[in-house]
Amino acid sequence: MTTLDQDRERRVDAKTSFAKRSGEHGLGWLAVSPALLLLIGLLFGPAAAVVLFSLTDWQLGSFTFHFIGVANFRALFTDPTFWKALTNTLVYAGIVVPGTVLLGLVVALLIEASPGLRGFYRAAHFLPVMSTMSAMAIVWGTMLHPTIGLVNRALGAVGISGVNWLRDERTALLALALIGIWQGLGFAMVLFVSGLKAVPQQLYDAAAIDGADGVLDRLRFVTLPMLGPVTMFVVILTAKRSFEVFDSVRVLTQGGPNYASEVLLHRLYTESFDFLRMGYGAALTVIYLAIIVLLTLTQARLLERRVHYS
Amino acid sequence: MIARFPDRRFAGRVARHAILILTAAFALLPFVWMVSLSLKPPEEIFQADFHLWPTAFHGVENYRVALTAAPMFRFLLNGLLVCTAIFALQLLVCIPCAYALAKLRFRGRDTLFSAVLVGLLLPPQALAIPHFVLLNVFGLLDSYAALILPWVISTFGIFLLRQFFRSIPDEIIHAARLDGLGEFEIIWRIMIPMTTPALAAFGIFSIVAHWNDLFWPLIAVRSAEISTPALGILLFRDDEAGQFLGPLMAGAVIIVAPLLVAFLIAQRRFIDGLAVTTMK
Repeated sequence: MTTLDQDRERRVDAKTSFAKRSGEHGLGWLAVSPALLLLIGLLFGPAAAVVLFSLTDWQLGSFTFHFIGVANFRALFTDPTFWKALTNTLVYAGIVVPGTVLLGLVVALLIEASPGLRGFYRAAHFLPVMSTMSAMAIVWGTMLHPTIGLVNRALGAVGISGVNWLRDERTALLALALIGIWQGLGFAMVLFVSGLKAVPQQLYDAAAIDGADGVLDRLRFVTLPMLGPVTMFVVILTAKRSFEVFDSVRVLTQGGPNYASEVLLHRLYTESFDFLRMGYGAALTVIYLAIIVLLTLTQARLLERRVHYS
Repeated sequence: MIARFPDRRFAGRVARHAILILTAAFALLPFVWMVSLSLKPPEEIFQADFHLWPTAFHGVENYRVALTAAPMFRFLLNGLLVCTAIFALQLLVCIPCAYALAKLRFRGRDTLFSAVLVGLLLPPQALAIPHFVLLNVFGLLDSYAALILPWVISTFGIFLLRQFFRSIPDEIIHAARLDGLGEFEIIWRIMIPMTTPALAAFGIFSIVAHWNDLFWPLIAVRSAEISTPALGILLFRDDEAGQFLGPLMAGAVIIVAPLLVAFLIAQRRFIDGLAVTTMK
């Protein structure tokens, strides 16, 4: 802000009486004080504490701890289960993100293509988003059951013998990813639909004049390019949710068999609250935090850019 | 243009329905399967051929077991209590703060708003360890307070409401002040009524998130009496009666139903609410 602006602002301020200004100042602080105290006590204080914990050897229940520098991080980086959890999370995201985004896009395009049964389709695809994951994970567990499960019954009907999806090292993570797509699909669909509604009709008219009037031409030259920003947004959002996967893992595999479906957040939970190794868990949390913050910043960046476009 | 190719247009519509029915089936199948199993006796669940509708209807028995072997209603009630308390407290903290950030001038306002934005970056799971330690120190673990307190501050709520409050013209507030309204009355009689859609969206976001949350209740709570629905169904599964699939599926239906029914009643509200809250 330039000095000139500040001068002007000061003059404007001077017009309002001193009593009123100081009144507004006091009121302002009064109104924000509960939020401010809670921000410090429940968010920033704890966030600082996590970083502090990560530099100690503290275990829950013990009354003493020592600062051990970055030893927790060094231990983490040499721990094969950490790397397993990290790669699994990346593989999980690598399946769930493209799966959810592509399916969500196709479903959104088809739903918006004509009004027939639109309401039903929208509700049906959105239902998993609303449902309690821990309960639905139990249901998925029975569907993926090797003998009585729906999946293997269906495969058996066409002569394929299915495996024990959640107990097999080769398929456990894949099965969890399928559940992840199932739950995220509706949300991606809704975001794409709102993106589609924002595409101006004039663009389609203009494209038609230029000869692009077939369904595929319109899709290729108008719809998909205009959906670019929304798509990036959905990608980041789905990626963030993939890194937060926990419920299905906890309920169905607990990271097994043999760490085949171990993921970051579940590792964090197990180290901190099953083994009560708070220092180590805190180090893991710091890594986790860094990844989520990075993704959130990217998301905010994209949102900002989208605002500038419109 | 398209009318010249009626066949192709018809084929396109058939293809649209064919694909959407397939993906909708993928989305709905677990619900259908869950309800189907919840109506069946054990021997029918395990028999080789599968019927969607049970040949021997066992629904009453399964739901009776689910409701008596585990405190299902208690779980639902706990969910209602915890979600309501969280949302009410969030509003109590967020609204004055959002109003001050949007409409009052005071020193430090911009700094505080930056702090709120930084707070938006912190995933709640990353604060689980210090929250756990804090509650442990005050002896509050395994209580309703443990389920509620960490969520009382919502930077997201502050941010969202501030954006909506800002969109209300200053003139309205000036006029209200000239009419002798205090700041509290301005919030209560002008800001809140004018931003009901935003408050509803925030409410849906908050309630859906906490009804479905498993991570935090798993850490903060041990006893069934104060378990929320998402944790309750797990306790039921690991219980003796939960070993039987019929009652377990009946329990899952009971846990999942309230939110889904609410959603089906107010679809637009829910979809817009959840979509708006991520885009803002």
